[in-house]
Amino acid sequence: MTVTVSGHLPVEPYDVAVVGAGVVGCAIARRLAHHPGLRIALVEAQDDVGQGTSKANTAILHTGFDAVPGSLEARLVREGARELAAYAAESGIPVERVGALLVAWDEEQLATLPRLAEKAVRNEYHDTRLLGPADLYAREPHLGPGALGALHVPGESIICPWTTTLAYAVQAVRAGADLHLGAPVTHAGHTDGVHRLDTPRGPLHARRLVNAAGLHADTLDRSLGHDDFTVTPRRGQLVVHDKFARALVRHILLPVPTALGKGVLVAPTVYGNVLLGPTAEDLDDKHATGSTAEGLRRLREQGRRILPALLEEEVTAVYAGLRAATGHDDYRIAAHSAQGYVTVGGIRSTGLTASLAIAEHVTGLLADTGLALGPRRPPEPVRMPNLGEALPRPHQQPDVVAADPEYGILVCHCERVSRGEIRDALAGPIPPRSLDGLRRRTRARAGRCQGFSCGAAVRALFEEAQR
Amino acid sequence: MTSRRVDVLVVGAGPAGLTAASLLATAGARVEVLEREQSPGGVPRHCAHRGFGTWPHALTGPDHARILAASAEHAGADVRTGVTALDWAGPRALTTVGPQGAETVTARAVVLATGARERPRAARLVPGTRPAGVYTTGELQQAVHLYGQHIGTRAVIVGAEAVSHAAAGTVRAAGAEVVALVTEPARAPAAPARTLDARLRHRTPVLTGTTVTELLGHGRLSGVRVRHRDGRTAILPCDTVVFTGDFVPDHELARRGGLTLDPGTRGPAVDGALRTSRPGVFAVGSVLHAAESAATAAREGAHAATAVRDWLTDGTAPGAEGLHWPTGVPLVADPPLRRIAPNRVTPGDRFPYLLRTALPLPRPVLHVTQDGRPLHRERFPLTTAVPHRPLTLTARWTHRVDPAGGPVHVTVA
Ligand SMILES: Cc1cc2nc3c(=O)[nH]c(=O)nc-3n(C[C@H](O)[C@H](O)[C@H](O)COP(=O)(O)OP(=O)(O)OC[C@H]3O[C@@H](n4cnc5c(N)ncnc54)[C@H](O)[C@@H]3O)c2cc1C
Ligand SMILES: Cc1cc2nc3c(=O)[nH]c(=O)nc-3n(C[C@H](O)[C@H](O)[C@H](O)COP(=O)(O)OP(=O)(O)OC[C@H]3O[C@@H](n4cnc5c(N)ncnc54)[C@H](O)[C@@H]3O)c2cc1C
Repeated sequence: MTVTVSGHLPVEPYDVAVVGAGVVGCAIARRLAHHPGLRIALVEAQDDVGQGTSKANTAILHTGFDAVPGSLEARLVREGARELAAYAAESGIPVERVGALLVAWDEEQLATLPRLAEKAVRNEYHDTRLLGPADLYAREPHLGPGALGALHVPGESIICPWTTTLAYAVQAVRAGADLHLGAPVTHAGHTDGVHRLDTPRGPLHARRLVNAAGLHADTLDRSLGHDDFTVTPRRGQLVVHDKFARALVRHILLPVPTALGKGVLVAPTVYGNVLLGPTAEDLDDKHATGSTAEGLRRLREQGRRILPALLEEEVTAVYAGLRAATGHDDYRIAAHSAQGYVTVGGIRSTGLTASLAIAEHVTGLLADTGLALGPRRPPEPVRMPNLGEALPRPHQQPDVVAADPEYGILVCHCERVSRGEIRDALAGPIPPRSLDGLRRRTRARAGRCQGFSCGAAVRALFEEAQR
Repeated sequence: MTSRRVDVLVVGAGPAGLTAASLLATAGARVEVLEREQSPGGVPRHCAHRGFGTWPHALTGPDHARILAASAEHAGADVRTGVTALDWAGPRALTTVGPQGAETVTARAVVLATGARERPRAARLVPGTRPAGVYTTGELQQAVHLYGQHIGTRAVIVGAEAVSHAAAGTVRAAGAEVVALVTEPARAPAAPARTLDARLRHRTPVLTGTTVTELLGHGRLSGVRVRHRDGRTAILPCDTVVFTGDFVPDHELARRGGLTLDPGTRGPAVDGALRTSRPGVFAVGSVLHAAESAATAAREGAHAATAVRDWLTDGTAPGAEGLHWPTGVPLVADPPLRRIAPNRVTPGDRFPYLLRTALPLPRPVLHVTQDGRPLHRERFPLTTAVPHRPLTLTARWTHRVDPAGGPVHVTVA
């Protein structure tokens, strides 16, 4: 098991290097790790997996009912959703099948609903149902006044994006893939059938290259001589509301897309909070993950219409993610056989859902470039710590606490994170290297007090583990 | 899961809970105090400065915390640290978890003393990036005074109240520089001497009429953008920012239990005997009015002890349920008053009321009315009521309240 953060990268060439340890890159590395004969490197610029767009999204496991029929994205979302739901159940990744309601607030939106239902059928999704206002308000009694009807999509689910990415990475690493963190690829070149990736930690060589660099996939693509797409970051700001808001909403409340653009959604999270967002702002800066006063004001204005009582609850967190928009209506996944190179670009707003299917697809493309995958052996299953509210957390399980009292000592009170869970995360196969990394693994400091009560205690545990 | 019975279950071992526990245990009740932290004392545990205890308030916070905890234990209260009250298992029963596992504790009376917290950056909707180096006073004090953690070198303090000056003191104690205290009101809210002391002795600017509009920096905070009410903006370079004040009650248990909350305080609604809407459940301290002084919290703890004793004597006899639990009528503070606690009133109430105003009120006169009928008028000829300090209204008028009447209003003439 190899996870590095510093020092020279190994000299020996890998069979495959995957650049970018977001949910997509991790899924690909995990899929490739089904072939024990392959030497795989997962190369990541930052100090943790899933620190790019994969950490800051709306955390919905889509059915793909509204994808562009016939597109690659439509197929991969459809297949990926099914696979991820099964994988999540097996691995302990929190998922709740809460279903979605596309709520129509005016006649135009109402008229759109049947067309969306037809589109769903073309996307092989047959379970949608039109609801009148009475049914809608019976399902969502706290919905603001004036809704005319809704399309119910029962398959839409919510999921934990951090556990998903981490589960993939852990499984890949346990199955023998090398994870190199803190290794930004500054340049890539291909000579004599071998890729050379330059990083501040020295070069890394590989016979095959997968570009899963998310927002920076276009830059890496260009350095290999391709000019197929340009990534324009499209920012989505989101507001996380206090757990007391969870009782206000049962489904994911989706906006109905119209010519005037997309509205915002209100969605529960598996941790028991309620999200409001995202905005959609086209920007130039791939680092612009800040929130803005204007963005928050607009979100709250729209949220007040959808779920007025939501605005009465405290805000727990605010964040923003950048979608890797490319100006194309589909993923930009392309194999360059002669180069032994696969680009996985433009995974804009469905990459979490589609990740496992993207990984399968990319593995097929790699085989098409002549990569001999060798025998296949499924990796050991993983069992991830439960961060969700739907299943019992450790402190709620008497036998767990009896066996190890550390699970009964709560450190982060808002999220009820025990010292045992923090200890486990710090000793995990891919340990966190920052308090944010620890938060994504345990939820410590993620609650309503944001560290007022527990911040220093959590930091002390983290720093103790670094010594 | 084990289950136990006690006379009184106190949730929270801060000044309010510990004071109530001491007095009740002294009076012979079986008292158990649940505290989720590893040591008792509540917020004063990490307030290293002096200003605690009874007059002349010469104790440091940690000394105060130790003395309160020792006296509760000496009186015979069972103070259990590292134990969290999770939820309700009955009208006066709570589920708990600690290193010994899960328990249900059933009591004849429950006292909620769960305190308050400062609203963190996100709750205040301050936009920008999410860098490291962003604190509340509570976290800062614990980092510096309990754990000796490094906190950065240059700190901006958001707020300029008493707690903000305490935060500035902690920053200096950690060897870092206070860049400025930034506050929205046109006049610094702390006592003038405090502001002057910061400006003259510490040479710390107190920027009034100024708002923090954005946090800057990736990874670590690199600065905050501020805007003055005249429209000027500037960036204050810093690696640490402390959000102070803006307290909210830790009302989680109260809300989970379905207790009536007061819209003004967002804490449980209580009458002059600190009774909540549920028979046998009392509430004291910062959870009622986030946040007043530790001395106020202790005073309420003591007052509630008397009411709890009365309830144990008279209220929990078979068949007595409800009889001895008057719910009172709502007591409402009208704008520009922001809140009042207690916020329900029964004719027998004798405990003074604490008010906060949204605007400065020179020499205020308060009118208490019910259904248009004047009950009381109180003048404060020597006082200017200010937003950051409580104003005390006597309870001399409560016998005039009609328990079957409408809400009682407190208005400013
Ligand atoms: C607001 C918002 C809401 C969304 N909601 C959903 C949703 O509900 N459901 C859903 O399925 N999807 C959703 N998405 C989309 C989903 O988050 C993305 O599709 C997915 O995270 C993309 O993963 P990725 O691995 O391609 O990219 P990333 O997570 O960005 O990973 C790319 C990685 O590559 C690394 N990297 C980049 N350049 C280099 C380099 N040169 N060298 C080394 N490493 C490099 C980066 O550091 C990063 O870790 C949403 C996206 C946003 C922004
Ligand atoms: C940063 C800061 C600085 C302050 N400085 C001063 C000062 O200088 N002078 C002054 O007079 N006042 C000061 N105050 C106010 C003073 O601290 C409070 O008035 C006082 O602590 C209130 O006492 P309390 O008992 O109501 O609550 P707290 O002291 O807040 O104690 C509440 C306790 O309840 C526990 N608790 C909460 N929920 C649960 C649960 N579910 N299970 C178990 N335990 C639980 C908490 O862990 C905590 O220990 C300050 C407050 C803050 C936040």
